[in-house]
Amino acid sequence: MNKTDETAGARGPALKIRAGERPKRGFWRYYIRYIPMILGVILLLFAQAYSDLKLPEYMNHIINVLADISTVDKTAEILKYGGVMLAYSLAATAISVGVGYLAARIGSGLSRDLRLGVFQTVSNFSAAESDKFTVSSLITRSTNDISQIQMFTVMFLRMVAYAPVMAVGGIVKAVGVSAGMSSLVWVVGGAVNVIVVAIVAILFVVQPKFLKLQKLMDRLNGVARDGLNGMMVIRAFNTDRYEQTRFDGVNRDLAKTDLFANRVMGFLFPVINLVMNAISVATVWVAAYTAGDVASVGAMMAFMSYALQIVSSFMMLTMLLILAPRAMVSIKRVREVLNQNISVYTGAGAIEAGRLTGEVRFEHVGFRYPGAEADVLTDVSFTARPGETTAVIGATGAGKSTLAALLPRLYDVTQGRITIDGTDIRAFTLESLRDNIAFVPQKSVLFSGSIADNITYADQRAADREARMKRSAFIAQAEPFIEEKEDGFDSRVAQGGGNVSGGQKQRLSIARALYKNAPILVFDDSFSALDYKTDANLRASMAKHLANTNTLIIAQRVGTILNADRIIVLEQGKIAGMGTHRQLLESCPVYRDIAYSQLSREELEA
Amino acid sequence: MSEKRETSGAPMPGGRGGGLRGGGLRGGGGGRGRVVEKPKDFSGTLKKLIKYMRRSLPAVVAAMLLAVGSVVLTIFIPRLSGDAVQLLYEGLMRGAVDIDAVLSVLRLMCVLVFLSAGVSYVQSFILAGVAQRVAYRMRKEIYDKIDRLPLKYYDTTTNGSVLSYLTNDVDTVATTLNQSLSQLLSAVTKLVGVFVMMILISRIITLAALVIIPLSFILMTLIVKRSQKYFVRQQKALADVNAHIEEMYAGAKVVELYNGQAESLEKFEGYNDQLCAAGRQSQFLSGLMHPVMSFVGNLSYVMVCVLGGVLIVNNVGGLNVGSIQSLMTYVRQFNQPMAQLAGITNTLQSTVAAGERVLSFLEAEDEAETGTASPKNVAGGITFENVRFGYDPEIPVIRRFSSEIRAGQRVAIVGPTGAGKTTVVKLLMRYYDIQGGRILLDGRDISEFKRAELRKNFGMVLQDTWLFNGTVMDNLRYGNLDASDGAVIEAAKKAGVDRFIRTLEGGYQFVINEEADNISAGQKQLLTIARAMLNDPKILILDEATSSVDTRTEVIVQEVMHEMMRGRTSFVIAHRLSTIRDADKILVMKDGDIIEQGTHEALLAQKGFYENLYNSQFER
Repeated sequence: MNKTDETAGARGPALKIRAGERPKRGFWRYYIRYIPMILGVILLLFAQAYSDLKLPEYMNHIINVLADISTVDKTAEILKYGGVMLAYSLAATAISVGVGYLAARIGSGLSRDLRLGVFQTVSNFSAAESDKFTVSSLITRSTNDISQIQMFTVMFLRMVAYAPVMAVGGIVKAVGVSAGMSSLVWVVGGAVNVIVVAIVAILFVVQPKFLKLQKLMDRLNGVARDGLNGMMVIRAFNTDRYEQTRFDGVNRDLAKTDLFANRVMGFLFPVINLVMNAISVATVWVAAYTAGDVASVGAMMAFMSYALQIVSSFMMLTMLLILAPRAMVSIKRVREVLNQNISVYTGAGAIEAGRLTGEVRFEHVGFRYPGAEADVLTDVSFTARPGETTAVIGATGAGKSTLAALLPRLYDVTQGRITIDGTDIRAFTLESLRDNIAFVPQKSVLFSGSIADNITYADQRAADREARMKRSAFIAQAEPFIEEKEDGFDSRVAQGGGNVSGGQKQRLSIARALYKNAPILVFDDSFSALDYKTDANLRASMAKHLANTNTLIIAQRVGTILNADRIIVLEQGKIAGMGTHRQLLESCPVYRDIAYSQLSREELEA
Repeated sequence: MSEKRETSGAPMPGGRGGGLRGGGLRGGGGGRGRVVEKPKDFSGTLKKLIKYMRRSLPAVVAAMLLAVGSVVLTIFIPRLSGDAVQLLYEGLMRGAVDIDAVLSVLRLMCVLVFLSAGVSYVQSFILAGVAQRVAYRMRKEIYDKIDRLPLKYYDTTTNGSVLSYLTNDVDTVATTLNQSLSQLLSAVTKLVGVFVMMILISRIITLAALVIIPLSFILMTLIVKRSQKYFVRQQKALADVNAHIEEMYAGAKVVELYNGQAESLEKFEGYNDQLCAAGRQSQFLSGLMHPVMSFVGNLSYVMVCVLGGVLIVNNVGGLNVGSIQSLMTYVRQFNQPMAQLAGITNTLQSTVAAGERVLSFLEAEDEAETGTASPKNVAGGITFENVRFGYDPEIPVIRRFSSEIRAGQRVAIVGPTGAGKTTVVKLLMRYYDIQGGRILLDGRDISEFKRAELRKNFGMVLQDTWLFNGTVMDNLRYGNLDASDGAVIEAAKKAGVDRFIRTLEGGYQFVINEEADNISAGQKQLLTIARAMLNDPKILILDEATSSVDTRTEVIVQEVMHEMMRGRTSFVIAHRLSTIRDADKILVMKDGDIIEQGTHEALLAQKGFYENLYNSQFER
């Protein structure tokens, strides 16, 4: 890892969390370590507002010098005031640069901490939590939402301290210079009101339209995606006209809504300009009636500057407050992740499993997904022993994959218990339990990196890495295609495994599991992308090389499991039959149904 | 696209993040905060874009004139305000203010203020209309184009990028039309106008301002240049972080099962820290813009006060207090367009780049229609004669394929995954054209037929069932848009799916949702079968793959498929041995080529690839 010194320095002990450990809950905690810097920013902004307000004051002095007959060396006097003004400008600039520096540090540091916190929390999620949020939403929460929060925090910091100080300071100053012309204050008050009301009104009308636009845009996208995905069908039926009409409907809606929103938004700038210009007109107007002496001209001119500053402060503040709800949504979404309870964890007093023999026993296991109305699995009991192959078959939705997921505790059983070597799996630490189970998931996910990195994922630093990797690739029938590649085991796998075919991906995923050398091997419908021949070769080679392993196979194809020592037939979460292929063919009608729908009679009885 | 983002299916339209869109808060620096993309051919594309919008051109020109007009009107306001101040000042010096004179100036100002606001609104009103018309038309033409391009085009262009043309790029063009174009013109007008006014008031102060103002321009360009580098770095770091997040979240199960959290976290921290460092630098640099601009603004302000004061005191240049008031406003206004211009040039660049992508998509060559004939009274005999084909013409995958299929025969296409089993289908229906040889339908070359007419004779049921958001009735009618409800139900009955449809809530009026996930995969397949039947096609193309169908439905699907193949020529991408063995002819595919053909028995006797494939499944 290469951190620069600065970032290392910025990381306080509060957020340093060990790998795998869950960070503390709570969102606002993340701001705590930035409080000194935030206070610094606020202080600087006070100073900046102060210097910004000084300029018109000295301008007033200069104008007064012009009219003042008593001053002898007017030029020297003016230059003196000019020098002071210059000093204030420089000071304001320096302060502003300081503010920018602190804001950049706060913004980038805060977003880094938040990202880390969210990432760690999500890393410790069990399947139940990931399902609840969905992967795509979690990605958005870890990326876009945090960027939103960062942007808003920085803007808020700059505005929220500066604008009110400027406004209050400006009003005090304005009142100060307008002595004798007190009605000038009404000009500012009026202008502020008009601007705030106008902005709020415009955005009030437009905001819902923008939300609608967002939806229409999604809809347009959806229809277009349909058209692209269904290209072959559309051409087959020659229905492109029909599709175009469908698209046109959304397109028209979108154009209409966008036009309305833009035309309302179009009021914003003319109105702002109008108010700004109106301020000078109104100021002179009022002054024309109320000004007492020449000195009030300078005061009036200073007043105009203050008025503009006040109005722009309120303008920025209003805009900011209107942006706030959006940032709040992001904050809420990030908070939800940070505060999420995790359902599967290493219990207190859990023991290290060490290397287990691998006798798996399901004892009256029941499972229900959180929030679901019915159990997915009910009263499932069986024993799977080392050296045996246990297969699970059943229709989609029968609960096969759920059954497999319970073993490595992707979910925890809701009834009964699962034991390995006689110990409840919840008594082991999660890490040591999973070290004993090599699991090949249904969807073969590969990570970017080399083929070797992927196969040896479970333990990159093993002493016998090379030999183990070759052996598992060999058993998994992956060796031939790996060696065909130019760089062999060092060939790159693109993100998501895009440059590897489905069948190859599955074989690599199997090799990755075999590399683990675990006593328990679980295949969650992991042969589907293999052609028959590879499927058969793989099973033969596994039977030969993995004699002492306890193998659990979830399958769709009857052909895959004909030789299993034990086949469990699941129907609607219950065991509908258990035995060998032959026994089941005779005794279990559900199994017969499945078998005959896939293979012909002779093939089955051969 | 594999993963669906929660926010939107496609790349998020940048400008439409919701809330305040585009210009609202954009102010001057439209181009900062992101990396600017450059078009390949700026002037050429610009010309094309102008030509593309020629019908809106009068409106654009009118709006531009109004924009100029509005700016010109506002330019006089500070001058008048200075005059009023001067009248007041002189009056107070004399001890008697000429209220009427002041008021008449103020009245004129009022008129200008309201007039310019009005004109400025009319201008934005017109441009909003233009932007919408252009955006609407672009979207329409892009969508219409999708179906006119040959399927081959999509071998090299992903659906994602087409969607991005349709949303992001069109949006960029529209936003520019809406705002940046008039901003550009206003900025230039303002620059010139303010300059003229300043010269008229005081040459000396103008000269002084001209010394200061380029300073802002130079400083800004420097900052933009330098921060670009950091933005690129930041973008790269962000991409790394996002890629890692996506990869780890999508593969969370594997990470968990293999205890990979620690390693993943370590990697993440590395990327995250890099992002933090790059983000801090780029934010700080781009944040410098604000203080620098405001310093230049303040400097000009001080300059006007001091220099103006000194000039008045020494009676040089005919200045007065009113001029100081006017000039204070003018120098500030002189800075604004400078800042805007820098941003707008970047915006224009990315707009032309977006327009370039859209236009090049629209200009891509349509699928040529070579045929003129329509097949009549089709029996369904198909002959392949020395067919040669490759997705890349340079690399033929099918070299010399010949085969004769009589009307009513059943052909099974088999082969390992990835062998290109659908290629034959794509050639038959002319999604792709062959590069050599001929394919004949009832003895006539299919390239002589119009594509649409040819395709009418095929019924296609693919593994990837494609249904849309709408009622079952509408989805079925898709097979023949002119079919009456009765005809649709008749076809459904013939396909044996009527009973199943009636078990759905609302029957034929059951609405399939947008994701089409409120019915099962098997049910979807049944519906696509019924849809294909509506046309009473002579030739069927079926994909038997039913990996995600539960056993019960699978039995039904099988029966229905068998029923519909009766009396029709059929090509079945076969997965089931019973289908394969009952076929009149089996085409064995490997690596895109058809390597063996014949009946089950003949192929077994041949002891080739097929025999191997067949036996391997039942190896004991």
